[in-house]
Order: sequence, then C-alpha cells, then structure tokens
Amino acid sequence: MSVDAATVKRIGRLARIRIEEDEVAGYQNELNAILGFVEQLAEINVDGVEAMTSVTPMTLRRRDDVVSDGGYAEKIVSNAPLTEDNFFMVPKVVE
Amino acid sequence: MTDLTKLSLADARKGLKDKSFTALELTDAYIGAIEKANPSLNAYVATTPEQARDMAKSSDAKLAQGQGGTLEGIPLGIKDLFGTKGVHTQAASHILDGFKPEYESTVTSNLWRDGAVMLGKLNMDEFAMGSSNETSYYGPVVSPFRAEGSNANLVPGGSSGGSAAAVSAWLCAAATATDTGGSIRQPAAFTGTVGIKPTYGRCSRWGVVAFASSLDQAGPIARTVEDAAIMMTSMAGFDPKDSTSVDLPVPDFAAAVERGVKGLTIGVPKEYRMDGMPAEIEKLWSQGLEWLKAEGATVKDISLPHTKYALPAYYIVAPAEASSNLARYDGVKYGLRISGKDITDQYELTRAAGFGREVKRRIMIGTYVLSAGYFDAYYVKAQKVRTLIKKDFEDAFHAGVDAILTPATPSAAFGIGDEALASDPVAMYLNDIFTVTVNMAGLPGIAVPAGKDGNGLPLGLQLIGKPFDEETLFAAARVIEKSAGEDFAPRQWW
Repeated sequence: MSVDAATVKRIGRLARIRIEEDEVAGYQNELNAILGFVEQLAEINVDGVEAMTSVTPMTLRRRDDVVSDGGYAEKIVSNAPLTEDNFFMVPKVVE
Repeated sequence: MTDLTKLSLADARKGLKDKSFTALELTDAYIGAIEKANPSLNAYVATTPEQARDMAKSSDAKLAQGQGGTLEGIPLGIKDLFGTKGVHTQAASHILDGFKPEYESTVTSNLWRDGAVMLGKLNMDEFAMGSSNETSYYGPVVSPFRAEGSNANLVPGGSSGGSAAAVSAWLCAAATATDTGGSIRQPAAFTGTVGIKPTYGRCSRWGVVAFASSLDQAGPIARTVEDAAIMMTSMAGFDPKDSTSVDLPVPDFAAAVERGVKGLTIGVPKEYRMDGMPAEIEKLWSQGLEWLKAEGATVKDISLPHTKYALPAYYIVAPAEASSNLARYDGVKYGLRISGKDITDQYELTRAAGFGREVKRRIMIGTYVLSAGYFDAYYVKAQKVRTLIKKDFEDAFHAGVDAILTPATPSAAFGIGDEALASDPVAMYLNDIFTVTVNMAGLPGIAVPAGKDGNGLPLGLQLIGKPFDEETLFAAARVIEKSAGEDFAPRQWW
C-alpha cells in the first residue's frame, strides 16, 4: 500500500498537524518508504495467531472506585499557556 | 586530590562512606566538569547546580551520622523524559516549552529516596524518537569518542544519547535512560558504557513522558556492570500508579554481578547473523562466546525465526501508540501555543511548529495505520507478529537457554549529519535491528562494551534474558566486562 498526496493531507488533518503544500511531497516519500519497509509483514501467515494485548501475562489491577487524589486545580493549570480562574482558556468553539 | 569524577559509582560510594571526600566535593567536581564540557558535548539541556548542592549537603549530614541510602550523595544525570518537579522536563521537544511538572516520576523519586543527587536533565532524541540524538530540539549531542586520527564529531547514539555521553565523559556517576526499541542499549554500545533495559513492568512508567506505552521501559546507563546493577536496584519496584508495573520483589542486583556463568546455557540465534555484517562485529560476537565458555557456560545454536519481522512490526506498533500518546500536545494544557483563527487551527499550527520532522513523520504513520480501513491490515497484524516474536524467545528459553548473546548494534558510532542516513528514514531505523526484538517481547536486555573497531571506537555485545531474570544478565555481562579487560574511556579532547 502507498499513500498519495491527498492521503498525506488527510492524515495531517486527522493528526491535527498542518502540512503546508510544499511539504506534501516530502512526507509522501518518507511515509511510502516506511510503508514499503513494513510491507514485508505480508509474507507471514498469522492465521490462528492471537494479537498481543499484554507483553507480560497479567490482568490489569482494579482499585476501589473512590477519589484518591486531586483537589489542586491550580497545579493542573499551572503550565497552561492561558488560564482564568483555574480554567484552560481556548478560542471560542460554540457560537 | 584524585579526580573524583573518574571514580565508578561503587568506588564513589565507598569514598563517601569512608569520608575520604564529601558529597558536596563530589557534586562540585561534577558541576565543574559539566560547565567545562557541555559547550562541546551538549549532553545536558538543563543543569540544577543549586539543587544539586542542597541535595549533597543533606546527604553529607546523613553520611556524617553513618546513615543514608544506597545512593547517598551520588550525583546523577536524568534523561529529559523523566518528570522532575519544578525542573525542565521537555522530552527535548519545542512543544513542551517551559514545562515544569508539579510532580516527580516514580523512578526519580526512588533515586532521591535512596539519597542520589540530581545534576540536571540530559539531552535526547525528541520524544525518544531517534537513534543518533540528532532529532533533539536542543541540537545533537556530540560523542566523547572520536575515531583515531580524526576530529570529526560522532553521534553518541540515541535516543538516550545525552545519558550515554554524560556517563562516558564523566559528567555524572550514572544516568537514567529509557528504551523503546534500543534507546538504552544502542547509545551504551556507541559510548563504551553499560546499559540495561529491564523486563517490561520492572520500572514504573509513571511520570515518564510516554512514547509507545507497551514498549517503553526505564533503565540505567553506567560505567560498569556493577554500577548499572546498583542503579537498577534503586530504580525498579512496584508502583500502583502504573497499571503495568509488576508486583514482584526487587532483588539486590549488585549481589548477582560476581555470580559467574558456570553451568549456564547461552543461546546464539542464527538469524542475527545478518547479510553484510562487518567482520569486526562477527569477531566480537565469537570472542564474547569464547569468554563465556571459558568461564563455564555452554553455547547452543538457536533459531528465532521471526527476527526479521520485529523491526517492521515495531514501525507499526510504536508510531501507532505514539500518535495516540502525543495527541495530548495541543497548546491548551502546557507548552507551546500558536494561536489560530479557531481551535482546530490552533491545534494544527501548534503541532506543526512544536514537533520536529521525525516526530511528525511517526505521528503521521501512526495515524495512518490506525485509521479506518487500515487498522486490521497494519496494527492487528503487527500485534499478531509480536505474539510470534515473543513465542520464538519462549521456545528458546523452554529448550534450556538461560540467556542469549548477540551484537548490540550493526556497527560502531557514525558521524553527525551522515547524509546516507538523513536521506533514508529506514536506514536509521536499522540501527535497532538487534535490540528491537527485546522490546517487542518485553524481555530484559543489557549492552556491555566488549571491544573496539578498527578506528578505536567501542563496540558492544547484548545479552537477552528471561522475563525478570536481570540477575543472569548482570552476571554474564560482568564476565564479558572482565574478560574484555579493556579501558573503554574516551580520550579527553573537550
């Protein structure tokens, strides 16, 4: 499988990365080189093989459904570029 | 007084305990060495001398009373991937500009609990994506090693290039590092240092900037096998805050170092004998096997048939997980923000400006292989291949193999700005060909210096172990270290 210019732009939009017109060809080449490399997986028969979900045999632990942390909104927002009253500020999304 | 920075971690610990010098003197020696070397090597992206001196003074108070932890007063460098409270933590990326976490990663907390001193944050490939430390927003790290008769700058490897260079160039007693596909072992091999990626789940990932969560593991880089074992014992341990952290007791790894290899069976996988492998790598590998045999190990040929598929499967799994993990960098919660006409515009502009080319390329691949219509063909297939890779190792261990010996890298260090590597992304990825299988199978792997190439550059061997049997790796690596008996220190030019 290989990607065309339109696909590169679509992936950029899905990934929320602006791809300028003059960058499309470069990305297209690089992505196709990588996709070409991974193509060799087509040689392997994986019928009946289970997809790995956990590299060490373990079941995820559970804990009681109680609040165990928190209560410091000011710390959560302390690194944000723009905040007000412990809220993250973003451009208006709802008219 | 002797140069304190040249002491091994174990010897520095002895000197502190015997009061031959103080933690403050040791720390000041490192701070001085960093100030002198960093303009040339670029190993540190941030230094914390005041904090280091405060920590050293508090260690001295404890040491004076005959108290203190296993790393009391030992100055360490910390890879920029580890969250350190109130201190520069940017994964060497522009997109995390100014980020200073309100928390401390579990691994670094463990080190401070045991008395270690923080010298600063170490350079790395951006978000740990790279094998040469050239993708860092802060510029490449320069290896302390140069080829004989040459002044050309070489890479220290990556992604933990700052960690490897700093340890090798005596800019810290040891360093933390992380390994997703070879990022501890490859730079260790390039710089004549010892690096171990422990079994997945051995070290907590909590507070470490995530790259590919099912592959990422923290581990140390140190100047000797014993030093690496001391570091590992402190870094490891169960952490309820990481759901994949394993609740197993942590052995005293240093106690296993001199255990020897008598009676062990060492596997030699034929699939690692790649076409076009340089003769000096072949020779190094055979030499390593001879050393282990001479100390009483048995060598056994084995087959790991899916080896060649590990790297292509990795380049589906790792970017897929990265594209998801790195979705959080959006200019809202932390770091860089580039304003746009609406929020989508802001996301796109921020991420375009904040991520470097290699990171963007990997996010794009990851986004593509996870997108509707391609998920089964790529991601699910790769995870099935991963099951097969892991089974290869399980079969070998089941047949009586205790550890596996392979080369660590396909070559010695290469030059900064190598054009052949820059023009072909896949060529750079091939650096991880011997190490990436270990991450795919969640196993422990150690790189230990074993020889030098024709230009006097260090070459490493890798030992791969059974899950949670790092002790055997330390023991076997020590045999190689002792047998090689060579000095893997760089000749100081900086």
